[in-house]
Amino acid sequence: MTNESPIFELVVLSGKGGTGKTSVTASLAALAGAPTLVDCDVDASNLELLLSPRLQERTAFTSGQRATIDPEKCTGCGRCEELCRFGAISATGPVNSHGSATCRVDPPACEGCGVCARFCPAQAITLHPSDGGAWFVSETRFGPLVHARLRPGQGNSGKLATLVRDHARKLARASARPLMLIDGPPGVGCPVMASITGATRVLAVTEPTPSGLHDLERVLALARHFRIPAWVCVNKSDLNEELTAQIERRATESGATVAGRIPYDSAVTAAQRQGVPVVEYGDSLAAQALAQLWKTLSATLG
Amino acid sequence: MKLAIASGKGGTGKTTVATNLAVTLAGLGQTVTYVDCDAEAPNGHLFLNPTLSEERRADRLVPRLDPERCTHCGACAEFCQFNAIAALPARTLIYEELCHSCGGCARVCPSGAITETTQPMGVIRLGEAGPVHFVSGTLDVGVATSPPVIRVAKQAAPPADWTILDAPPGTSCPMIETVRDCDYLVLVTEPTPFGLHDLALALEVAQSLSVPCGVVINRAQPGQSETHALCRQAGVPILAEIPDDIAIARAYSHGRLASEALPALRTVFARLADRLTAELYARA
Ligand code: SF4
Ligand code: SF4
Repeated sequence: MTNESPIFELVVLSGKGGTGKTSVTASLAALAGAPTLVDCDVDASNLELLLSPRLQERTAFTSGQRATIDPEKCTGCGRCEELCRFGAISATGPVNSHGSATCRVDPPACEGCGVCARFCPAQAITLHPSDGGAWFVSETRFGPLVHARLRPGQGNSGKLATLVRDHARKLARASARPLMLIDGPPGVGCPVMASITGATRVLAVTEPTPSGLHDLERVLALARHFRIPAWVCVNKSDLNEELTAQIERRATESGATVAGRIPYDSAVTAAQRQGVPVVEYGDSLAAQALAQLWKTLSATLG
Repeated sequence: MKLAIASGKGGTGKTTVATNLAVTLAGLGQTVTYVDCDAEAPNGHLFLNPTLSEERRADRLVPRLDPERCTHCGACAEFCQFNAIAALPARTLIYEELCHSCGGCARVCPSGAITETTQPMGVIRLGEAGPVHFVSGTLDVGVATSPPVIRVAKQAAPPADWTILDAPPGTSCPMIETVRDCDYLVLVTEPTPFGLHDLALALEVAQSLSVPCGVVINRAQPGQSETHALCRQAGVPILAEIPDDIAIARAYSHGRLASEALPALRTVFARLADRLTAELYARA
């Protein structure tokens, strides 16, 4: 059966934020033919701003649990405060009708582990699922887009990134689209790990700054940790040619492949203001470089 | 005063603002501690060039199973809210990468089969960058969650008139862990559609945490009024605007502090420092 044919999962990462990862992803989406698109940057999902998606499906996301203390049952014994490893409980609750001081949960600090609820001698604590936002399936002119919005302030971005990616993989299989293009989150933590476990390849977009170099090395180390081959592309490369060359050398030394350079080009921001990928915004230097980048990548994709 | 510098979107110039502000405040004779809380991509040291005096490992606790004592009752797996334990009929498995170190499994196990053991998760560095105390937390590559490292870094910060917390991007747990107990939040944004979209999310966080905040517009261009409109609507002041100048990008690209490379920026940061002092004292 053809629906078991392998899917090439390309994850675009950056380590440091703001290197142009999303602009690159959107342009590759336009160049790639018929990809399945995924935005795993669930707490700053910007890919949709360049693809004019038409929403088709929305699914609520429960990000985990949070504890609440019933002040009427709480005796203020302080056991919960002592047991909580996250500093989320303090003796700052209201005085209840029995005249007892009570404890209180600081919601943003609570990880919902349930230790307090389990060991409260007065059984005053319960866990409640917390609204973590939602994830969506949309249609764009390049293909389906699976994206999400984590409710600001919620945890569990890794779980949401996994959900989004798993669903996209199902769509890709069902529609026999061989390429999945994933816009990953910044950093190297749980949502990034959720975006790259089991991926086919990483494209790391960086910039010629000391931070760009430093954070690229961490992303490449993560890719090696998961044994995923990586491509590197330096964006705004003409900002500092010397450092660009140094970054490319380091990338090669650490086993990655240099896939291209994109010069600094004000067309990128102008395209963003129009809400389109830069390759669809006239003939710019950035657009030419991205076309060249895609040529290099697609040679491997087959 | 504990000041967090954050941004919804990455790469808006958060670290530029945090490091330049730290140096500016120190220049005014204040004591300043800069804490790099962007543990997944810490960059403050590249601009402050601190002389490090101490490096300590940051550890976390994870459960360890004694298979001899385990009776496969499944109580631990049932308790764990993060699916970090699988209790199979003949084997109990622990997935450390999913563990949040709550200690619950060790407490609920009726046979004393689980103890907790330390596991490395990151590094805390301390030092001095001229008059600025420097602290940073760096997550080990391959460890999933940075909030515990951020917690340790914040605790390690020597007290000062100003503690400047350089927050990670985004609006999820690592950012919350950094900003939740600060006195004031500075959100750095840029006047692009991405910047605006993510600023709106960051403002929601500030509101839900009830932390007072103000906005710094980086790469500001004349005639870009959407950010002003958003801030006005949210009732949040614009504290400073840093002009869009290729010279700043070049300075950054060479690892130089913007205010040292471009004297004109010194005025911008001096005014920002005054403005923050005024904002905070108006509230105190
Ligand atoms: S310490 Fe908490 S999070 Fe970790 S495995 Fe035990 S119950 Fe689960
Ligand atoms: S609670 Fe203790 S005895 Fe029961 S399955 Fe877990 S480790 Fe084994």
